[in-house]
Amino acid sequence: MSKLSLIIRREYLAKVRNKSFVIMTILSPVLLVGMIVLIAFLTKVNDSEKRIIAVLNEGPYFSTDFSPTDSYSYLQYEKISIESAKDSTRSMGFYGLLHIPDAENVEATLSKTVFYTEDAPLGGVVDNLEDILQYRLHQYKLTTLGLSAKEFAELDDRFIMQTATFEGEQNLKGINEIKALIGGGFGYLIMMFIIIYGGFVMRSVIEEKTSRIIEVIISSVQPFQLMLGKIIGTSLAGITQFIIWIISAAILMVVVMIFFGIDVAALNQNAPGIPMGMQGGEVPTAVDTLQLYAEELYRFPWMMLIVFFIIYFILGYLIYSSIYAAIGAAVDNETDTQQFIFPIILPLMLAIYVGFFSVFGNPHGPIAVGFSLFPLTSPIVMLMRLPSGIGAGGVPVWQLIASILLLIVTFIGIVWLAAKIYRVGILMYGKKPTYKELWKWLKY
Amino acid sequence: MDLIMEAEDLTKRFGNHLALNKVSIQMPRGSIYGVLGPNGAGKTTLLRIINQITIPDQGTVYFDGQPLLPEHVMQIGYLPEERGLYKSMKVGEQVMYLAQLKGLSKTEAKTRLKHWFERLEIGDWWGRKVQELSKGMAQKIQFIVTILHQPKLLIFDEPFSGFDPINANLIKDEILALNEKGTSIIFSTHRMETVEELCEYIALLNEAEIILDGKLSDIKKAYKNNMFEVGIHLSDGEALLKEIQDTFSISAEHFNQLEKQLEFNVQLPDSDTSAFLNFLSGKGTVNNFVEKIPSTSDIFIRTVQSKSGHV
Repeated sequence: MSKLSLIIRREYLAKVRNKSFVIMTILSPVLLVGMIVLIAFLTKVNDSEKRIIAVLNEGPYFSTDFSPTDSYSYLQYEKISIESAKDSTRSMGFYGLLHIPDAENVEATLSKTVFYTEDAPLGGVVDNLEDILQYRLHQYKLTTLGLSAKEFAELDDRFIMQTATFEGEQNLKGINEIKALIGGGFGYLIMMFIIIYGGFVMRSVIEEKTSRIIEVIISSVQPFQLMLGKIIGTSLAGITQFIIWIISAAILMVVVMIFFGIDVAALNQNAPGIPMGMQGGEVPTAVDTLQLYAEELYRFPWMMLIVFFIIYFILGYLIYSSIYAAIGAAVDNETDTQQFIFPIILPLMLAIYVGFFSVFGNPHGPIAVGFSLFPLTSPIVMLMRLPSGIGAGGVPVWQLIASILLLIVTFIGIVWLAAKIYRVGILMYGKKPTYKELWKWLKY
Repeated sequence: MDLIMEAEDLTKRFGNHLALNKVSIQMPRGSIYGVLGPNGAGKTTLLRIINQITIPDQGTVYFDGQPLLPEHVMQIGYLPEERGLYKSMKVGEQVMYLAQLKGLSKTEAKTRLKHWFERLEIGDWWGRKVQELSKGMAQKIQFIVTILHQPKLLIFDEPFSGFDPINANLIKDEILALNEKGTSIIFSTHRMETVEELCEYIALLNEAEIILDGKLSDIKKAYKNNMFEVGIHLSDGEALLKEIQDTFSISAEHFNQLEKQLEFNVQLPDSDTSAFLNFLSGKGTVNNFVEKIPSTSDIFIRTVQSKSGHV
């Protein structure tokens, strides 16, 4: 066996046999599902709060408009002054007081209407009140134009836009957001993997340094071989973990599909796309809609995405983990690593934020393109863009190629620099180096 | 001379710090060579260059007549001063790993390791974790790993630190046995007295430079100064001392009135001792007369002092 494969094997086994690794592998999916359930539960609890709004209605126009809903109930004050209404609202601890004064018509009334609260009111609450008042205003205006009350009631007819591609496939509402989220999920996965497994590489280097085994090893292998073997071995352990997670996720997915009654077999047959048949009064049932989403997700370019995920993942991970290895070599213990880790995390965080705030809105805008070419952010940002496809309407091929080439060039450069710091650092003990010293090490 | 290793004009700088300055040494095949000097003199840097861990700024190392090649790593065994093991690995796995890194096949490594584990009486430890080992035990394992691939040149940096006297002797005997079979050995230490008796050749390093090197016996011959340790039994020591002091330089004198024993060191003008011995015999019974050979550390101190100007 070559030295490199010996090193990879040792690093892999050392990682996989580690108890905390085994526990993490089993526990993480459980924790993740638990987190989602917890968040869903908390959101529900948060929303279920019912707000009481006091209304002092001095005019004739809005007397019938305030009927309680799930989130709001209204308390009408009658024939008291605005001051005492305020006092009462405050002492009862109601959310706010809506004061509708008397005036000659609806318009004049509304221009004088004020909503009083303790602090600035929540947007949702104000929107709700505005909707109620607006409705009456519309009615008033249209009635003055000669519309009867019945005609006005018929006017209120909301509809939901159906969308379709030029090929005539029906688009599902929100499917693009879902696609972007999947891309974002892959990007996020890369970030987490880099931070977690980069950290593993770093700690492993520090351990070799503090236990002084490094001095023994280094006389039989070259530092670069050791660094590379360590990075590859650790990442193989990570990939093992991923594969376990993906398989269990796939099993979970099938279970969920069966649970919701989605016809798994039908997913293959219905492709490509759903014909524009479902229009008019035909309302799709909930299961049908779920089936449509499932089919849409099934037709999602998974293979393409996974292939590029692997490419970007490997290159991005190699770049970052060699920096982590160099940091591990430069310091004596983990507490000294903070100052060096921050600059690494920065581009990763930037990539995630840029991804979520800019790429989701406009996957091919200048910011998205820039960050998907810049090597330190491209693994994450490009994966967020890729769900929209490659070529026409998606990511231009040249950008994809340029981004990967840049990544490869950067990879070679960074690994070269990291290896230089690594080979000097592993034999330096006793003091916390500065950036200036690291710069000098490059020249040793 | 048949050299196993030769270093020529090695210079290494770390930033502003000069670690080695034009260091040259010649090591004859099959010899035991001592690289001696205080901490920070550059010993470890020199050893790392020989092991290709550090690349010199200038100079060349020749191994077995060839400029150093990556393959030569397989023919050198290096026990560093700062030596450790993977704490959470099992002893057996660990030694197998390190042996295979040195290029041994799995089966070869296993047979040789079993042999050495039996020989050093640590066979029971094969399946244990390293963190359970005592320091001395770990040192034995490191020693085995260093010599296992049967290198032509063995380099030991501070080999006996961390061993109790019994195990230090055990290891010393093993090293000497390997030397008997033709392996060349380098010892590096700042505790010169520990290897003095073992080394055939030495190089004294101080502040990045070699201040003295060569065959130890030649060096000692050159540095001996006709100093003798004398013990004589007589009644009036004081009188004799006075008498001798007029002609010779005397040091470390001690007279025990009760046992009538006078002991002193004396420096004679030349190596001819017969006249002086005759003179002493007339005064009392000479029961101790030994030439004081300077120790390596004496030589070191004298050399450093003479180089830096104080005598």
